[in-house]
Amino acid sequence: MGVFTASNVAFMLQGLLNTIVISAASIVLSIAFGTLLALTKSYCRGRWSWLRWLVTAYIELFRCTPNLLWILIFRFTVQGDNILVSILTFTVFTSAVMAEIVRGGLNALPKGQFEAAQSQGFGFVDTMRLVVLPQAFKMIVPALFSQCTTVIKDTSYLRGIDVHEFMRNSAVVMGQASTLPQILLLYGFVLLTYFVLNFAISLAVRAYQRRSAAA
Amino acid sequence: MELFNPERWAATLANTDLLWQGFLFTIEVSLAGLLVSLLVGTLLGVFSTTQSRVLRGISRVYVEFFQNTPIVVQVFFVYTAGPMLLQAITGAEHVVRIAPFVLVVICVGLYHGAYVAEVIRTGIEAIPRGQMEGAQSQGFTRVQAYRYVILPQTFRIILPPLANQALNLVKNTSVLALIAGGDLMYQADILVADSGYLQGYIVCCAMYFLICFPIAMLVTWLEKRSRAPRKARRTATAGATEAEV
Repeated sequence: MGVFTASNVAFMLQGLLNTIVISAASIVLSIAFGTLLALTKSYCRGRWSWLRWLVTAYIELFRCTPNLLWILIFRFTVQGDNILVSILTFTVFTSAVMAEIVRGGLNALPKGQFEAAQSQGFGFVDTMRLVVLPQAFKMIVPALFSQCTTVIKDTSYLRGIDVHEFMRNSAVVMGQASTLPQILLLYGFVLLTYFVLNFAISLAVRAYQRRSAAA
Repeated sequence: MELFNPERWAATLANTDLLWQGFLFTIEVSLAGLLVSLLVGTLLGVFSTTQSRVLRGISRVYVEFFQNTPIVVQVFFVYTAGPMLLQAITGAEHVVRIAPFVLVVICVGLYHGAYVAEVIRTGIEAIPRGQMEGAQSQGFTRVQAYRYVILPQTFRIILPPLANQALNLVKNTSVLALIAGGDLMYQADILVADSGYLQGYIVCCAMYFLICFPIAMLVTWLEKRSRAPRKARRTATAGATEAEV
């Protein structure tokens, strides 16, 4: 087929690499930032209550507005490298989701874990670092991974601002395709690639769940 | 700061007609898409709990395909190849144009239908068989058992994630903006491109919030309700004991 030349395939794979880089970086960053948000929302009391309200507002704002809107807003307001701005954008709104996932894990932990750790003389930071967070994270592994799939899929929205990710680069190649079979083949390739990437993640989650259920 | 520049705000707020038009369009697309996703999802969810291997297989493949590929790619596929495919199928002289409304209702409906299917499946599987047997042994007819025993329990399980899907569905209708579909996101983008003022996006943000925040509140409320222990319908005596406690 005319469109699957070496240079076209290389161009699309370059886009795939960018998709993976943007997704991986924003997932790692948003888990870190999201955990911080979750801890703030769960444990800031008294004098620090205003921080809790701030975080709640943050989470609700990003939960109730489309990602594409923030992609466009950041493109409009932040100068800099396309890929880096994309990572920043995805980190900002994915953190809100990650925070809710982590909070789900924190809520599911029996209160006794917290009390026991403190009665053993652990301070807040050590209680979190050594007792609470490791157990909470174990519980939310499936939700975290399914969020990874969502992030990978949603990076294709970046096509709207011409970031050189997989969907955008494939669309450029599609500009050369004129016949229906060529177009079908190209879309088949794009859909299959996303599918393999995401399905591999969901298989990994299932394997993890089986293993932790057996243990 | 340009963000608080009153002239820019005045200029933007004087031009919100198209935004409100997009706002209504987004609501229409969301409602129609939600309807499609509930129909598709319920059908496939029930498929996945039947004895038939074929039906279970269909449901599995459908759910995996739609959950593991981006909706943006699906929409562009239908947008690009759909008209040509329709031409090839119907033998029409020209490519068959698909209205953006129809296109996105179908795409969003099919995509979120896969998630709804999983919700329905978990809801059905979560009710132990013994519930139906128990109800029937107590003299309930099958219909009564569904009405008073099975369905109330199923709804408690599936309503929170269903409402959450509705929320995600509204947000995903913004994919319309990528194919010049006339929704809220698209109108805001046009306004900002014309004026060069960020304020258009902020108004758009507020409008999405107006649609989505009530749904988010509903999700929170439903989640709280489904976690709370189920109360028996209060009788006079139960009311009295509760007051004493």
